[in-house]
Amino acid sequence: MTTMGKVVAAYGNMVTVQFDKEVRQNEVAFIQPADGGSLKSEVIRVNGDQCNVQVFEDTVGVRVGDQVTFTGNLLSVELGPGLLQQIYDGLQNPLPELSKQVGLFLKRGVYANSLDRRVDWEFTPIAKPGQVVKAGNVLGAVPEGKFAHKIFVPFNFVGAATIKTMASKGKFKVDQVVCEAEDERGQAVNFTLMQVWPIKVALKAYKERLLPTEPLVTGARIVDSFFPVAKGGTACIPGPFGSGKTVLQQLISRYADADIIIVAACGERAGEVVETLREFPHLEDPYTGRTLMERTVIICNTSSMPVAAREASIYTAVTIGEYYRQMGLDILILADSTSRWAQALREMSGRLEEIPGEEAFPAYLQSRIAEFYERAGAVRLFDGNQGALSIIGTVSPAGGNFEEPVTQGTLAVVGSFLGLTWARSNARRFPAIDPLISWSKYLDQMKVKLNQTDPEWTNKIKKAQRLLYEGNEIKKRMDVVGEEGVSIPDFSLFLKAEFLDAVYLQQNAFDAVDAANTIERQFDTFGLVGEVLAKEFTFESKDQARESFMKLQSLFRNMNSSPFQGEAHVRFKDEIRRALEV
Amino acid sequence: MRRIISKIDEITGNIITLKADGVGLGELAAVESHGRSTLGQVIRTKNDNVTLQVFGGTKGISTDDRVRFLGRPMQVKYGPSMLGRIFNGAGVPIDDGPEPVEESIAVGGPSFNPANRIIPTQMIRTNIPMIDVFNSLVVSQKLPIFSVPGEPYNQLLARVGMQAEADIIILGGMGLKFDDFIFFRRTFDESGVMNRVIMFIHLASDPVVECLLVPDMALAVAEQFAVAGKRVLVLLTDLTNFSDSLKEISISMEQIPSNRGYPGDLYSQLAARYEKAVDIEGLGSITILAVTTMPGDDVTHPVPDNTGYITEGQFYLRNGVIDPFGSLSRLKQNVVSKVTRKDHNDIMNTMIRLYSDCRQSRNKVAMGFKTSKWDETLLAYGNDFERELMDLNVNMPIETALDQCWTILARHFEPWQTGLKNDLTNQYWPKSGAAEGAA
Repeated sequence: MTTMGKVVAAYGNMVTVQFDKEVRQNEVAFIQPADGGSLKSEVIRVNGDQCNVQVFEDTVGVRVGDQVTFTGNLLSVELGPGLLQQIYDGLQNPLPELSKQVGLFLKRGVYANSLDRRVDWEFTPIAKPGQVVKAGNVLGAVPEGKFAHKIFVPFNFVGAATIKTMASKGKFKVDQVVCEAEDERGQAVNFTLMQVWPIKVALKAYKERLLPTEPLVTGARIVDSFFPVAKGGTACIPGPFGSGKTVLQQLISRYADADIIIVAACGERAGEVVETLREFPHLEDPYTGRTLMERTVIICNTSSMPVAAREASIYTAVTIGEYYRQMGLDILILADSTSRWAQALREMSGRLEEIPGEEAFPAYLQSRIAEFYERAGAVRLFDGNQGALSIIGTVSPAGGNFEEPVTQGTLAVVGSFLGLTWARSNARRFPAIDPLISWSKYLDQMKVKLNQTDPEWTNKIKKAQRLLYEGNEIKKRMDVVGEEGVSIPDFSLFLKAEFLDAVYLQQNAFDAVDAANTIERQFDTFGLVGEVLAKEFTFESKDQARESFMKLQSLFRNMNSSPFQGEAHVRFKDEIRRALEV
Repeated sequence: MRRIISKIDEITGNIITLKADGVGLGELAAVESHGRSTLGQVIRTKNDNVTLQVFGGTKGISTDDRVRFLGRPMQVKYGPSMLGRIFNGAGVPIDDGPEPVEESIAVGGPSFNPANRIIPTQMIRTNIPMIDVFNSLVVSQKLPIFSVPGEPYNQLLARVGMQAEADIIILGGMGLKFDDFIFFRRTFDESGVMNRVIMFIHLASDPVVECLLVPDMALAVAEQFAVAGKRVLVLLTDLTNFSDSLKEISISMEQIPSNRGYPGDLYSQLAARYEKAVDIEGLGSITILAVTTMPGDDVTHPVPDNTGYITEGQFYLRNGVIDPFGSLSRLKQNVVSKVTRKDHNDIMNTMIRLYSDCRQSRNKVAMGFKTSKWDETLLAYGNDFERELMDLNVNMPIETALDQCWTILARHFEPWQTGLKNDLTNQYWPKSGAAEGAA
């Protein structure tokens, strides 16, 4: 029998419920207010015969004595064909479908099926009758866009089952049975095209985790060359408002070479999602020529939507990512912003009257952040294929101060740190990733792969990084003693660092060509930049030095905005070479 | 059938606690005390204990006062007869006019479905060159004015209200000084726009809880008008007072503060209001311009900091002008040179770049360094730029302002010195006679 309960206290979106039988931690309960509707909520603390639930909706009108029904199921998402191209809220309600049902505004207590039950999918069976299958074994596949979407025995299926009948090739809806089987106790079980999985539990149906050694190309030179991210790796982008986090995220979502991009807009402006929403169906995927939308899933729980669902949205995104990883695909999750998710945790912790940690964030903040980022990873699946799930999360530190708990907690667990600063964005140096504070552990970890084209690549990059530090030291000196206080060789070293910054680290997001570089192009450009950096210039005066570098800069900028290997590109390269020979 | 309670157990700050059954969160109650009545709202229930925040404050409330539950959450009136009217933070008229006989609507309704949003592409003209030319305001934008206390932010807001292209203007005043209130009223009256203005005014001397209701009422009414096809401009002043009220309430509720005493949900609270800005396909729109005073000119203070993460840019008001550095309209690229004149984008960037160079030359002067002829040119240009465009009293349509930009450039520079593309200078560079005339 289902457990029932009654509301005994309510405060904000936290409701205390007195229940009659058993409850599970994190199970879903529905509150039925007297004025109708049914409010989805999640058990977050149990104490005697009372439990606290966080409500994923506005709680206005909830009264002491209102009926509560416990479902016995953890908060879950539906997994199956039809996830791609969807726009979901944090609880995986399809927003366009809600719009059809209730109009312009969202409505409390209205939920819709995550996977459309009306769509036909062309199912091709793979498993055969008589075969014994376990959780995660492949039953068949349906085409979804450019992918063969594998249909698995549900990952939460316990034990083994013997297939009795298998549907033949044909059209099926997600909830139609395609396989009838018998489990170890002789009970009949049916498998459909879809399954459910609890979002807060990592999906680990793979043979082993692998060290991420494959670079994830984002198209941003400063990232791919200097602070690379690995497929299956993690990165965080902290930055104050106005430093260009969103533009950077949007660029990555367009140009990254992942099979599937999941954009989790967590507690941010709705306006930012709109561009993705409205433009992706018309933009071309640079890798396949199909539309970008075909490889995109949007999880959109913007800042004005209920806070508890915001907390769930990040897990919804990562669960969908893990599911597609099981098919041997490369997934990239862009979570914007994890600070809003942490704030949701803080709000709930406050209502639970837990003893607060730093800046009132709960003491378990750090472990929750670690738990989330650890769900990324490159894995070898049971069938020998490899899949990878990468996470790039933005952080919105209060006042742009990276010392705050969310940034620090994130830095402790990610492999790459891309720190955006006001100093760089105010100087219009975009992307405003500060090369002096950013780092990536993947530069060494992916050495073998990165050095395949050029055995000296990582060494060259490290040398260039040192140059940036040295240039900055000279700049600091000049700030005190003026230009006249430094020698001409030091001054030209400073100019070299500025040059590297201007023509390689900076990139024009609004230039059709310069916005994203392939890795080949990055090798090519950096080779030429390296020639400039390696050249021993002899200048008569500082003005002459400045002028020479200005001219080189202008040539490089023109080269950067000419299509790769095109006529103009070749011409500017020649011009640069000639300028260097002088 | 509502029970009337006549025993209050606890009074702290603006919060009272009493025993009652069957009361829902967010429900309103009338607290009747010595012949006066004030509203309160349920913010917490626990068993039969009900905690109310009292809009009118708890001064003079006695433990045997009568509390009558109304069985409904906070509402506000909505309809055409609201236009030209002034209400207080509890939604009661304060202009000696009659209580409007209109339908009541709930405040703080659900969020607009993000899937229904569209990319906004309409500009709102304000006739203020620093806005129109350099940081254009776009329909459905939410923009704060970051300002040090003492700057003429209310004057700026009033001017935008007077001149902006909008069907309806809703002013939400929070913690407004009486003088400022009179200023707004007089300005709107004298400029003849009062018949399309609705004012919700919480004065600095009013009970603090009423302050929290002002943006909700203003935006609920705005939302209804927008759905009815109107272009609504919502002016809010000052969100820092609003945040301070939130702080006061949350501290009296014994919530653990997160940053400088502000509650942990400050971001969500501000976002819930700002995110009401919307452009509804085929219908109306809401645009929000809000003042955020920065205590101590500190942009990392929690209120401007959280605001910056929510809004689509910001105007910095410094020394009586909109500072072109730091001010930003994130949506301007949707309209600049797309719905405005084709020279808009380039002239905007050139003017700012040269003005930035001028500031560097000024630094040179200040440091006592030698100035070059180029510096002199820049200095003269900068002075004209400030006088003829930046001054907040300058009032001209965007086309005139763009022409003015060209005139100022022509007065001080040769076309090639500006770095503008030839096809633009050929078309727009004033003939020498015109430039002299303007000088």
